[in-house]
Amino acid sequence: MKYKSIFDIIGPIMVGPSSSHTAGAVRIGQIARRIFGMEPEEIHIHFYGSFAETYKGHATDIAVIAGLLDFETDDPRIQDAILIAQKKGIQIHFYTEEIVPSHPNTLEIKLVKGDETLELTGISVGGGAVQISELNGFSLNLSGENPAMLIYHKDAYGVVASVAVILANHKINISRMNVSRIERDSMALMVIETDQTIQEEILKEIGLKDNVKKVYVLSA
Amino acid sequence: MFNNIAELVNLAETQNKKIYEIMLEQEMKATGLSKDEIINKMKENYTVMKAAIEKGMQGVTSKSGMTGGDAKRLSAYRNSGNYLTDYTLISAICYAVATNEVNASMGLICATPTAGSSGVLPAVMFAAQEKLQAEEEVVINHLFTAGAIGYIIANNASISGAAGGCQAEVGSASAMAAAAVTEMAGGTPSQAAHAMAMALKNMLGLSCDPVAGLVEVPCIKRNAAGAVNAFAAAEMALAGVESRIPWDEVISAMYRIGLSMPIALKETALGGLAATETGKCWREKIQ
Repeated sequence: MKYKSIFDIIGPIMVGPSSSHTAGAVRIGQIARRIFGMEPEEIHIHFYGSFAETYKGHATDIAVIAGLLDFETDDPRIQDAILIAQKKGIQIHFYTEEIVPSHPNTLEIKLVKGDETLELTGISVGGGAVQISELNGFSLNLSGENPAMLIYHKDAYGVVASVAVILANHKINISRMNVSRIERDSMALMVIETDQTIQEEILKEIGLKDNVKKVYVLSA
Repeated sequence: MFNNIAELVNLAETQNKKIYEIMLEQEMKATGLSKDEIINKMKENYTVMKAAIEKGMQGVTSKSGMTGGDAKRLSAYRNSGNYLTDYTLISAICYAVATNEVNASMGLICATPTAGSSGVLPAVMFAAQEKLQAEEEVVINHLFTAGAIGYIIANNASISGAAGGCQAEVGSASAMAAAAVTEMAGGTPSQAAHAMAMALKNMLGLSCDPVAGLVEVPCIKRNAAGAVNAFAAAEMALAGVESRIPWDEVISAMYRIGLSMPIALKETALGGLAATETGKCWREKIQ
């Protein structure tokens, strides 16, 4: 059974007009914001494929900014998201790209605050569901439906094991895990999806481990 | 547990229950939530549906500027008392358009089963509520009847325009509404299933050909058609008319038609109304 609950059919409550081009875009923006962990000073959005062609009519631009302000898909403030962001002094830039992406509903987000940056590619796969396919140059496959931890670390032996031990000690079960690197002996990204929410103290403990540079968390 | 309409009707009839009761029980088992928690969640959907209709009737305009203001026109027309058919039908048309205009204007709606087809079910349920003078609780209960039908269609066929054309969106919504209103008007589970089948049969083959790819033309008015079609199917079922093709075979026909439909007619804005001269003009204007 693809659909399990009646509320997949009667629902969700959402701001229109499209579950893929509006609700999905909000969700991608929201994931980027939560990984970044703070309000950006600059936002750069690149639209590809169907998004590049129809983003204005579907308000995909407004929707992704709403997500970057951490609004939910049913937040009535979505309509005014760009104005709200501009009032906060956030600089917003949109670009349409001609390159044909592997999925028609693809967008790329770059966030800047001081020296901190984040680059993320997201796909709206339909019905409001999304997938994050790239983060800071690392490929990944993240739905945002489960709690997840993203650990940026040096590509060295023992790092994966040390993180797994900490999670086991706190009785956190890993539901999915993926490690990717750009080249050998450089930096790597470990993505761990869990059944339970990950507490602040666990993140700190992992952050203190050798070779771990940065830990991001994504609550579902 | 039920996997198709025949099993659902059989469960309801052997236990002498309504379809909505069977759906509620299944939801409790699937989620572990209590009956009250589930009903309260549905009540939130009910509230959003009602608010969208009221907002749409005051007049809204879409983001693209292509549509809007028609629900306000329909509301004034209804209030004039000078209309062709009857109050319930004109109300359903008005409410369907109102909801979908709100959707196109980036307002808050409840997807039933999708955003593009969100006007059909509320239109039918609220128009019938006035006619039958049904309590809020009764309408909320019968949203579970609609949900049971949508759940079966979604799992055995499709509720996505990109996968199955508009028959999968407005067609499914119309079938859901037909069954729900039949049961709310006192029909048996079997009559509700016949209403579902007749409504869906009347929508088979419907293409998804939105102008400029937007959820506006012809989506908004098609929701009105889906609502009226649901009433036609419900009236037939309540009169004792039955679908000659068994309920679940109609759903599987819809699925197969969706598979064989050309891509140009499945939410790509490449065919049908989207490919007309005027459709192309709108596309250029919006970009």
